Amino acid sequence: MSATVTTLDKPRPAERSRFKETWRNLRRSPSGMIGLTILVTHLVIAVISPLIVPYEPTDIDASILLQSPSWEHPFGTDSFGRDGLSRVLMGGRIALVITLTAGVLAITWGGLLGIVLGFLGGVVDEVVMRVVDAMLSFPSLFIYLLVISALGSSDVILILVLSITNGISIIRIARAATLGFVARDFIAAARARGERTATVVLRELLPNVFDVLLVEYAMRWSWMLLSFSSLSFLGFGVTPPTPDWGLMIAENRRRLAIAPWGSIFPMLALGTLVIGINLAADALAKAMGLDRSQEAPI
Amino acid sequence: MKQELVQVDRLTIGYRSRQGQMVDVLRNVSLVMSEGETLGLVGESGCGKSTLGLALLGFLRPGGRLRAGTAFFDGVDLFGLTSEELEQFRGKRVALIPQNAGQSLTPTIRVGAQIAEPLMLHLGYGQAAARERVVELLRLVHMSQPAVMAERYPHELSGGQLQRVVVAMALAGVPELLILDEPTTGLDVTTQAHILASLREIREKTATTMLYISHDLGVIARVSDRVAVMYAGEIVEDGLATRVFGQPTHPYARGLLASIPRVSKSSLPQSMPGRPPAPGEHEVGCAFAPRCPFADETCTTVDPTFETTKHDGKTPHLVRCHHWKRVAGAEVSRQVQDLRARAKHIVEAEPLIELNKVDITYAKRGFGAYLQRWRGEPEPPRTVSDITLTLHRGETLALVGESGSGKSTIARTIAGLLPPCAGQIDSGEYDLTRVAERRPGDLQRRIQLVFQNPDASLNPRHTVRQILDMPLCLYFDLSREQRFEQSVSSLERVRLSAPYIYRFPGQMSGGEKQRVAIARAFAAEPDMVLCDEVTSSLDVSVQAAVLNLLADLQAGRGVAYLFISHDMAVVRAIADRVAVLYQGRLCEVGPVEQIYTPPYHPYTETLLAAVPEPIPGARARLLAKDVQEAEPPARGCPFQRRCPRRIGAICDEERPSGQVVAEGHTICCHIPLEELLASQDDVITG
Repeated sequence: MSATVTTLDKPRPAERSRFKETWRNLRRSPSGMIGLTILVTHLVIAVISPLIVPYEPTDIDASILLQSPSWEHPFGTDSFGRDGLSRVLMGGRIALVITLTAGVLAITWGGLLGIVLGFLGGVVDEVVMRVVDAMLSFPSLFIYLLVISALGSSDVILILVLSITNGISIIRIARAATLGFVARDFIAAARARGERTATVVLRELLPNVFDVLLVEYAMRWSWMLLSFSSLSFLGFGVTPPTPDWGLMIAENRRRLAIAPWGSIFPMLALGTLVIGINLAADALAKAMGLDRSQEAPI
Repeated sequence: MKQELVQVDRLTIGYRSRQGQMVDVLRNVSLVMSEGETLGLVGESGCGKSTLGLALLGFLRPGGRLRAGTAFFDGVDLFGLTSEELEQFRGKRVALIPQNAGQSLTPTIRVGAQIAEPLMLHLGYGQAAARERVVELLRLVHMSQPAVMAERYPHELSGGQLQRVVVAMALAGVPELLILDEPTTGLDVTTQAHILASLREIREKTATTMLYISHDLGVIARVSDRVAVMYAGEIVEDGLATRVFGQPTHPYARGLLASIPRVSKSSLPQSMPGRPPAPGEHEVGCAFAPRCPFADETCTTVDPTFETTKHDGKTPHLVRCHHWKRVAGAEVSRQVQDLRARAKHIVEAEPLIELNKVDITYAKRGFGAYLQRWRGEPEPPRTVSDITLTLHRGETLALVGESGSGKSTIARTIAGLLPPCAGQIDSGEYDLTRVAERRPGDLQRRIQLVFQNPDASLNPRHTVRQILDMPLCLYFDLSREQRFEQSVSSLERVRLSAPYIYRFPGQMSGGEKQRVAIARAFAAEPDMVLCDEVTSSLDVSVQAAVLNLLADLQAGRGVAYLFISHDMAVVRAIADRVAVLYQGRLCEVGPVEQIYTPPYHPYTETLLAAVPEPIPGARARLLAKDVQEAEPPARGCPFQRRCPRRIGAICDEERPSGQVVAEGHTICCHIPLEELLASQDDVITG
């Protein structure tokens, strides 16, 4: 017998876990590390801000209206005499909680539906995708305003409306990513074995499109932050006097000429957070090999 | 006296790996090529053949570095040229013919214009002269109707015709050296035979020096005067083709020759233990030592040098081995493993699967089909038609045919991935015309599939443990620990050690992955396994191991195989019965030994004649016409358009019925059996 016993117990040096590999690639990207640093700073501030704010962000003091930045109030005060720094530090909390929650919901339902549609194909896929196309033809801000003016504004409604509109776009992404795998033989093998649709979707397809969904989640997150801040800006988001960047920009925009600090600091906060997320998400995509143009030849 | 055209001296080329260290893919390669000679460069994937071929164009793949050594072409240092000089040099003096012709042509430009471009750009041809020269070149490569074909777009040509276009393009500049990098890999054998015949003729006419790179020893034997065998970035043996194939002196060359299945032998090929080292893995001593039966301590500590063992006329025979004298003296131990001599349990009385007049089509179904009929569009011919076959318990039935013959389609239908559109498929009391999802669990378990490409058939995000867990979860009621134990023992059955259970497919070689795919199929304890080209994507030495593994598993388990292959030699080694298919129609069915002896169906005959056996100087004797077949003919014999033995209108009009040669052997042809027998030689040994 010419038996070939292949014994090669030690993994080759090139092999590492995927998580480590991604992290290693991410660390080599300067823009990714800058983005990640900004993002982590924002998250840490959001978590610990109640402990570090110098003043209560909702405390009104009529004696210090519209003061320019000083040692007592580094970000100045607004027209109610509230401390700018404290409000900026606290102003991202609600936006972050709502958008993160909405993002998880959106990626879950949109992602799963997209994978199922990509796998099943046929008439169901065709019909649902045409509905998705129809929904995507409405500007999302229009839908937000329509729903909020009909149902009123609350955290739950904001989360739902953000997750529904963003989830629809995710369906497309997840379906497209799935189509690259459904024609592969491991799916044919699973079908021939007689696996249930749920098993194929959750165990065979989901692990393969997970990377795409993760990056999409990060991208969607920054979009939702902007959407949420736009709603606050328009007065449909957070109710005053709760500190919120969108709301602060709206409240102080009339005094941009005489007291620019009132709107500039929340703008900077929102801007850096969105840029940080985008940089980190881009680098993550490249680190996971989703961006083919950046691939090394070997 | 013949001049030395190419001189490569101790060439070492490295690439920077992802981890940042330099990995040498070519090590100390020395090579001399004389004018007018054809050198065959042979070796398994990843041994550095292509890197060496490209180096002779003065080209390194991105990330490559010249680490040491020199490469001269007619006195010109290839790595000392400026980019302008290289541009002049390439195409004019040296030309490359790549593997995939379809990909190297621009889809939106007519092929004639693509051949004419270098003529007008580099050689100063005018419009009309270039057009004339294009037709002349296409005639040289045996393109039928050259003037018509020149006006076609790449997608309008068949794979073989495209390869001819690329050859013509390379010849346009009248190069002194032609580098052919696997030019016929991926083509059907009959097409390959045509291309090889054309290449031979071109060589005789133009006396061009050729470097022919291939993994296929049979092809190399057909075209080369001299052969160089590569292993792990080194040339290990270099000499006249007759000597390398006749009396190989390096243990690797010997192993390689023993591991290819021969169409003239019914025994299983002999496999080599182990696997080739990954680039950078090997450090000191002989790279082949871990797999070598002759190895001793010297081999693992001292680098072998390139020694001249003897001279054949002017050509020296070079070997890189410490023990070549011992190897040359040793008997060629060919352990004959005849599968049919093993204890096999073919139960003829018990048909496992019966196909009765099965038709399969990829045409639209349901509403789409209705619409098509309503619009008055004719129904396209069925992809697979009128297949009647029986697979018995414990036997191996091979389906052979070239690409597009419907082999895989039939397997997919039996697996329940594609319902047939007519006919009946039964397995005992079960109805197999149902798709997999609608079959009872027990039936799903009994039929398992192994695919051609393990990269596609194993989920890249699952570990081996998860992969083997899937069938166990589905078909058996086992605890987590029991499943783990089962998986480990399945791995051991396919001769992989237990630690492999934690690996991802990306961390294994092609052969190891295919073993895992086989282990997954056998984990279900099936009655039959559909093997769809399971060895086609593997290197020959790995193929031999997988074939032996399949034979052993069958002997132990009594499963039946539906073995799908395009390779007549592999089929002869493993099959009990063979069904030859052309364009989805049966040509011949019979016991394996009868298929390989006359009388043959004309298609079987051309297939067998086209198989390149590793015998230097052999050539194909009978050729089917090289025509592009878009779809099967609506009437008559499926092989009518390419048949070399066509007898007339009857072939176009009437579907040939089966003529019974012996019990269980049927040939579907209009030519009477006596006439076939009288006109046919034994194409294998003859």
